Amino acid sequence: MAASGQVLVMNPMNRLLSANWSTGLIEAEAGLTLSELIQIALPHGWFPSVVPGTKFVTLGGAVANDVHGKNHHVSGTFGCHVRGLTMYRSTEGYVSASRTERPELFSATVGGLGLTGIIITVILQLRPVASGEIDQCSTRFRNLDEFFELSATRDRAHEFTVAWIDCLATGKRSGRGIYIVGDHAKAGALAAAADKALTFPIDPKISLVNSFSLPLLNAVYYRRQLRSSVRGRVRYSSFFFPLDGVSKWNRIYGNAGFQQYQCVIPQSNSREVIRAVLGEIARSGTGSFIAVLKQCGTMKSPGLLSFPLYGVSLALDFPQRAEVNDMLFRRLDQLVHEAGGRLYPAKDAHMTAQNFQAAYPDWQLVEALRDPRLLSRFWQRVTQ
Amino acid sequence: MTKKILVLGATSGIAQAVARRYAAQGVELFLVARDLAKTQAVAADLTARGAAVVSVFGIDLTQSGRLIEMCDAAWKQLGVVDCALIAHGTLTDSSRSAVDLGYLIEEFRTNAESTIACMALLAQRFRAQGSGVIAVIGSVAGDRGRASNYAYGAAKAAVHTFASGLRAQLAPSGIQVLTIKPGFVATQMTASLNLPSALTAQPESVAARIQMAIDKKRDVIYAPGFWWLIMTIIRLMPEALFKRLKF
Repeated sequence: MAASGQVLVMNPMNRLLSANWSTGLIEAEAGLTLSELIQIALPHGWFPSVVPGTKFVTLGGAVANDVHGKNHHVSGTFGCHVRGLTMYRSTEGYVSASRTERPELFSATVGGLGLTGIIITVILQLRPVASGEIDQCSTRFRNLDEFFELSATRDRAHEFTVAWIDCLATGKRSGRGIYIVGDHAKAGALAAAADKALTFPIDPKISLVNSFSLPLLNAVYYRRQLRSSVRGRVRYSSFFFPLDGVSKWNRIYGNAGFQQYQCVIPQSNSREVIRAVLGEIARSGTGSFIAVLKQCGTMKSPGLLSFPLYGVSLALDFPQRAEVNDMLFRRLDQLVHEAGGRLYPAKDAHMTAQNFQAAYPDWQLVEALRDPRLLSRFWQRVTQ
Repeated sequence: MTKKILVLGATSGIAQAVARRYAAQGVELFLVARDLAKTQAVAADLTARGAAVVSVFGIDLTQSGRLIEMCDAAWKQLGVVDCALIAHGTLTDSSRSAVDLGYLIEEFRTNAESTIACMALLAQRFRAQGSGVIAVIGSVAGDRGRASNYAYGAAKAAVHTFASGLRAQLAPSGIQVLTIKPGFVATQMTASLNLPSALTAQPESVAARIQMAIDKKRDVIYAPGFWWLIMTIIRLMPEALFKRLKF
């Protein structure tokens, strides 16, 4: 949230400036969404090199949060594929930045949470695809050790990998879940998917994800496939953006909403720390239906505040219950901090200044380049 | 099949949304607008989105003396024009128009006179060509003069009436005249207004309806369609009651 309470909606600035369909290099205004970009580029055989879990993010938003996706272990973050930016700064007007032109401003802006200026246009390298469909394979794993074994063997062979985990499972089942891998199909239709979505129809007073429903939901989801491993071909939209298929899905958490917790733990001690984190969550009695584990790779992002690092990322959505979450988050923060890990600023509503500054030592370089007319409540909190 | 399209007021939000739908089908476009640099940016966008060829022509459409030159250039470039969309206009500031007569007349010249002149000229060209579609942006505001925006509404009413007569005159020659009456649409023209969100449409959905109406050879459409019901109720109100409403 902006400190002033005023937000610029950039969506109407969604023009393409140029598109070269033989090289896959496009330049577009920052308000263009990934959904629109895919609609335009896919029929030509191109796709964004990195997509996050929603297609409704704008190019500017994707740069400012340096988003990552299921292919982080091979393709890095969104910012790794940005060839240049133009932005508007209240101090100097329109300026360009790239890895070679004002590289310090470029590095501060990729993952810079929109604080260094208003991103106006983005030059982006797309990747060629033969199809809009994804060959996927989902494999059940019985515990956290099996996750790490699958990750070690499968991540090399597949471009997209992610795991759903049952965060309520305890004991020797702790960390059980489903490992999903995918690759763009070698042949198939290049048509873009329609943007039609079902709408979650009601606004429940209380969260429908609660201690009664969650064990059932998780148990059912874990056993959704009868065989331990299932292959199939799916549309890119259901593979990358499953939640976009139900608009206003957040209503399932009731009036209070939900809070997301996403951390990344460095590779060296990821197994022990993720195990401890899952143990804390299972003990807390609260839980998350959407719990996602992802092995992140070694490719370095140009962004100073870029979230992913070489290690394992865990993301969870908790129904908003201040007392429970505050206690739990404090214990999780401690584990993450001691492990040298960090939280994702894009999804954060609670991180302390001490933890942020330890996890993102370059924050002062961003502060030095911050546009004095731009400030967020997040930035006020973590830089005090 | 609509393959060659002339767009007047090409930088307007609705015109851009319509042009993007056609660009994705690989059509040829001829864009006319006052601000040449902005029109070139729109042209680059439409080219990247799939348009076969996009040409631009910079002109202030209120200068009726230059309309023939513009039409000549369009026909020279496109050869045949399948459809012309007339989308230029300004949103009249009603409080200013109540006190500033020069402004009132200038606004009427933009929203009524220049639109009518374009329709009349295009009618001549399409008649000579033996085919064509004139799609003109009117407004729900033109259906009845409301206290809050009757200056703008009066200009749009003139457009509706002119289009209705032209439609009857051109009917035997098979030339379609489509009157489009949008309600509130979120574009740069209305950016300064505080529009009711439940009644405000995105330009993309209005554009989809316009394309449908061109394909189905419709005469008059409201966009979105629910405005037909609202405006029918508003039109049927007795004046004695209507004059007490301040909206």
